[in-house]
Amino acid sequence: MTPVVQPSSSAVAEEAEIRRRRQRRNSIALGLVLGFLVLLFYVLTIVKMGPAVFTTRDL
Amino acid sequence: MTFIEDSNGYIATAGGARVEDYLALLKPRVMSLVVFTAITGLLLAPGGINPVIGIIAILCIAVGAGGSGALNMWYDADIDAVMSRTANRPIPSGRVTRGEALAVGLICSGFSVGILGLATNWVAAGLLAFTIFFYAVIYTMWLKRSTPQNIVIGGAAGAFPPMIGWAAVTGDISLASIALFLIIFLWTPPHFWALALYKQSDYGAAGVPMLPNVAGEAATKVQILAYSVLLVAASFAPAFLGVTGWIYGIIAPVTGTSFLYLAWRLRRADEPRTMKRIARSLFAYSLSYLFVIFLALMVDRLWQLAGWAA
Repeated sequence: MTPVVQPSSSAVAEEAEIRRRRQRRNSIALGLVLGFLVLLFYVLTIVKMGPAVFTTRDL
Repeated sequence: MTFIEDSNGYIATAGGARVEDYLALLKPRVMSLVVFTAITGLLLAPGGINPVIGIIAILCIAVGAGGSGALNMWYDADIDAVMSRTANRPIPSGRVTRGEALAVGLICSGFSVGILGLATNWVAAGLLAFTIFFYAVIYTMWLKRSTPQNIVIGGAAGAFPPMIGWAAVTGDISLASIALFLIIFLWTPPHFWALALYKQSDYGAAGVPMLPNVAGEAATKVQILAYSVLLVAASFAPAFLGVTGWIYGIIAPVTGTSFLYLAWRLRRADEPRTMKRIARSLFAYSLSYLFVIFLALMVDRLWQLAGWAA
């Protein structure tokens, strides 16, 4: 097992800040992926419906 | 800070990975080749496909390939750490945990197969699912560490994308799509054995039974030449099946002859440094060969679609 060296408190704070920023970026990326999936399913549905989606039927 | 040590002893920090590290799990370079060959299969298939559906199909094939790449990295982290070519991958370098890689692999695989089935048809989705299974389970977990023929059989996983692209359009498997499969399938052994010839020590240290380490250099060079002959023969199949026109008809024999010439020179090279130099050249050439062959198939098809063919 690799020994874990205890860093100084300033280094810990700096590392925590870097980690917080990374997590924020990851959250934004995940949000974008989810948004893209929503858009993908929407577009897929419209395309699968075909031109008939724009056809209105007389009642 | 939380350190996570998994059962294999790789230490990574929880939440410490960057977006780029997760993307690296998907093997973007392999993915680009997959996308390129899948587009060729999609274009060559008879009939048409809605462009939006076509783009979604290619995206699914790319993400599916990425998912299988992540599963490969999850399982192979131990040998990746030993080889210089792979030591900097996200898991052995400690940027991503194995659990995260497994999750990325499973999610990408599941979503890509499901969406491809909904967007195109379940034959294409089934082929994609089989490809992922073949690469992650048959090749990575079984063949890679147990037989020097790992590359030959495992190469099938990389050969499926044009078939999936074809099936996305037609919903079936035809002789022409099998010909596209065969080109990549027969290309894989000379490509990887050329790499293995000049990276022998790496594979040996990792305990991966690549052909040069098991059967020796001479046998490897003979097999490279044999597969090169079969590859060049298979590269004529699309022309004989009437899928392509004169552009491919010119490019396939010219590039194939160069491939055979390099394989022949490698076979004749005995001096270790010369042999490694030619092996490196063959490895580099084989990459451009596959690119040019599939580009020719694509251009030929676009030429026909544009109505310029006689």
